[in-house]
Amino acid sequence: MNTPATPLISIKGLTKAYGTFTVLHGIDLDISEGEVVCVIGPSGSGKSTLIRCINHLEAFAPESRITVDGIRVEPGPALAKVRAEVGMVFQSFNLFPHMTVLKNVMLAPMRVRGTPPAEAERKARELLARVGISEQAEKFPGQLSGGQQQRVAIARALAMEPRVLLFDEPTSSLDPEMVGEVLDVMRKLAGSGVTMIVVTHEMGFARQVADRVIFMDRGRLVEAGTPEAIFDNPKEERTRGFLRAVLNH
Amino acid sequence: MTLINTFFNLQVMIDSLPQLLWGLVVTLQIGVTSILCGLAGGLFLAVARLYAPAFVTLLIRGYIDIFRSIPLLVLLIIVYYALPFVGIRLSPFLSAVTALSLVSAAYTAEIFRAGIEAIPHGQFEASAALGLSNRHTMIDVILPQAIRIVIPPLTNNCINVMKDTALASVVAMPDLLKQATQAQALSANPTPLIGAALIYIALLWPMVAVVARLEKHYSRGRR
Repeated sequence: MNTPATPLISIKGLTKAYGTFTVLHGIDLDISEGEVVCVIGPSGSGKSTLIRCINHLEAFAPESRITVDGIRVEPGPALAKVRAEVGMVFQSFNLFPHMTVLKNVMLAPMRVRGTPPAEAERKARELLARVGISEQAEKFPGQLSGGQQQRVAIARALAMEPRVLLFDEPTSSLDPEMVGEVLDVMRKLAGSGVTMIVVTHEMGFARQVADRVIFMDRGRLVEAGTPEAIFDNPKEERTRGFLRAVLNH
Repeated sequence: MTLINTFFNLQVMIDSLPQLLWGLVVTLQIGVTSILCGLAGGLFLAVARLYAPAFVTLLIRGYIDIFRSIPLLVLLIIVYYALPFVGIRLSPFLSAVTALSLVSAAYTAEIFRAGIEAIPHGQFEASAALGLSNRHTMIDVILPQAIRIVIPPLTNNCINVMKDTALASVVAMPDLLKQATQAQALSANPTPLIGAALIYIALLWPMVAVVARLEKHYSRGRR
């Protein structure tokens, strides 16, 4: 894999603590444009916290340094710029329940980018078609299945044309029969060159789609490598233990 | 028969009705003005409390607690009778509106705060992740959802403000109650007081019924 001179996302010494409990212990991680990175690990290992720091939904120690496309992630006027470039898909969808699906997708481009309504609507319909839910555009989120809601959430994030998409366990609150449709959309995105960081428990997806898999445990980045290296030939005992536990059931 | 002649004297009622209706107009002017000022002030306080620096938040909390604790009548008398000693001389109308608005804003702020806090945190996070400013997060995402929750308690508060306008009669405001007591003195018959009471009830009963329906509707909508 050829890494460009400057990574799209650079994380250096990321440390985060809740009071005396340290959630992240000095994480270092670079992510290049177009890369698909899957973050795996046991619950409470800090995976979600890690990606939530990238758009500063979680505050972190001031001596830590995260940059997105060269802009430092820190509270202040530059943060909105970072957030406009970093899309996020949540475990619980977090669609706006009082707006139609179409309006959900149109809102941010209009308010943040100043896109004219007609143009925003055209693009929103295009994105809804891309995630396979054009027919639901005029419905409200509450009228949709979980899988459909999550696909709307992906379209909403894509509407900002972000440089990177963060997925925070996007299939964990879905009924099993709906996991496939969301993973299919994500697979297509990955294939089209979108930079993605995916926190997931879907090992099959990680193996198939990721360029790089990262294993985290107790707030540390234990091991990183190609899917083959991590899944077939893990070096660390903790990685082996985790994979044994999740794959043999 | 004497009872009817005393409390429901038709002739006295007819004679005093124009006066009572003028009083109703004044009551509505005070009430509506205070409700609007209270709503605006309360919304401002609630949102400011969410985003302002810590010491401003503390001031707002102090304001809310003080104006929820002070009896409205005491506040009104202070505004009308005490403030002139420091050179602030407000008309009876402005005194009544000021006192009512200050208190209503405190209650409204608490209602809005509860409404905003009832919105799931994920809505704030999704807005932030999309890059929406605090202002757009409030206007486009949070408030439209919070409004639905706060309409019943806000309507209740409006009813209370309307009822409390009657206190304005103590600062010589010719509102409905004041007109009624004057008409009573003039005719030496309490019928105008009964008339005023009936007008208050006719005015507020529909609002009370609306709140009851909204509350029922809302509790049904929730799972």
